[in-house]
Amino acid sequence: MTAEKQTIREIPLGDLERSVRELHGDGYRLVQIGCTAIEEAYEINYSFDKDFTFLNLRVTVTPETEVPSISGIYWGAFIYENEMHDLFGIPVTGMNIDFHGAMIRTAQKQPFSVTRKGEGPCRNA
Amino acid sequence: MPERIVVPFGPQHPVLPEPIHLDLVLEDETVVDVIPSIGYVHRGLEQLVTKREYTDFVHVAERICGICSFMHGLAYVQGIETIMDVEVPDRARYLRTIWSECSRLHSHLLWLGLFADAMGFESLFMQSWRLRESVLDVLEDTSGGRVIQGTCKVGGVRRDIGREKLDDILRTLVPFEQQCRNLGDVFLNDESVKNRLQGLGIVTKGEAYDLGAAGPTLRGSGVPIDARNLGYAAYGDLDFKPVTESAGDCYARCAVRVGELFTSIDLIRQAAETIPEGPIEVKVTGTPDGEYFSRVEQPRGEVVHYIRGNGTKHLTRARIRTPTLANLPPLVKMLPGCQLADVPVIVLSIDPCISCTER
Repeated sequence: MTAEKQTIREIPLGDLERSVRELHGDGYRLVQIGCTAIEEAYEINYSFDKDFTFLNLRVTVTPETEVPSISGIYWGAFIYENEMHDLFGIPVTGMNIDFHGAMIRTAQKQPFSVTRKGEGPCRNA
Repeated sequence: MPERIVVPFGPQHPVLPEPIHLDLVLEDETVVDVIPSIGYVHRGLEQLVTKREYTDFVHVAERICGICSFMHGLAYVQGIETIMDVEVPDRARYLRTIWSECSRLHSHLLWLGLFADAMGFESLFMQSWRLRESVLDVLEDTSGGRVIQGTCKVGGVRRDIGREKLDDILRTLVPFEQQCRNLGDVFLNDESVKNRLQGLGIVTKGEAYDLGAAGPTLRGSGVPIDARNLGYAAYGDLDFKPVTESAGDCYARCAVRVGELFTSIDLIRQAAETIPEGPIEVKVTGTPDGEYFSRVEQPRGEVVHYIRGNGTKHLTRARIRTPTLANLPPLVKMLPGCQLADVPVIVLSIDPCISCTER
């Protein structure tokens, strides 16, 4: 088994935009943005790759924390940010395309968040 | 100034086998903006990981999609094996490669048929699907399943392919390769096909990279990124070079897929000829405790299975980033400027798999 070396760098939310901008400047491509519910908070992984060097920026936020969009740096990030908002209810500010909770058109009321289940509609909605 | 109107495209449309919706903003017949939306068949499969044992979830992973089923299973078990530090036997790595490339072959032939159908070239559609049948026969013969193979497991594979059957596959590949050449010749050299595809839905090299495109959508714009170069399964032992094209249009994306038919045939041939003898699985004990982003090159591009365990038999998170999700932003950039009549062909050129996207 050839296990790929992967780096996870935990950063404060305030450093997110600067760190992403640096990676963009270094020629990294955005692979994905994914969210994980952990007890009363969320971990958000921003994954990047350059020449098969896989790097993750990880921020941990509480449910009500507004997360700045990185779609001004990586245009395609809107797809992951809207998904993160629709599935977990995380308010993302400044997205270049904001679906206001309607990108995933399920009959089930969103978000599907574990920790916010039963609470009111998410902030972007 | 022409009046702007919004034309809904999908979720039901003759060119779409699965539901996705696009709001097309038009000025006369020209597309000026596109807003995509998904979720018509959202299944919440990721959440099932907390309810199924980690050894069983491979069956769920394989059912994310009926086309790249095997590779979803592979990406998942590979993630678990990395977290648990399981060394998979060499023979299993080679078998995984053979089934992966068979999956890619039948997926590309399926797409080529659908693409021909979208262009109105019905005989080419039927020819592509006729060829696909012989790959499905190999899959059925070696795994018992045409759609879901069910051969991947944590620690190896469930079934072996004997020498005799491997030789049968090698013999089948000889006429099959020639038939693929004949088919590819029409896709790449027929004037009516070229006129329909060239210069349509262009994404430049820089845009494709910056927008996070994956697979043939990325390589069709000249970016030689292919997750098989990570060397997972047996790819590290085999001679392999990604297929790229530079034009970034529908024709280039089609040409990449045609080229990849021959790469897959070559990889199957190499793997079948050099597969080592030995066991096909190892016993796995314990439970996964850790996290890993498992990456595999599916027919539509790189898939990422993020897997996280806490030392119990249930994982705490499985997040699957499918290639179609990554190719939606490039699609939004491809469409503005095209004519309404070109939309079906351009949408199909990214080979959208909504089943994967609605995991």
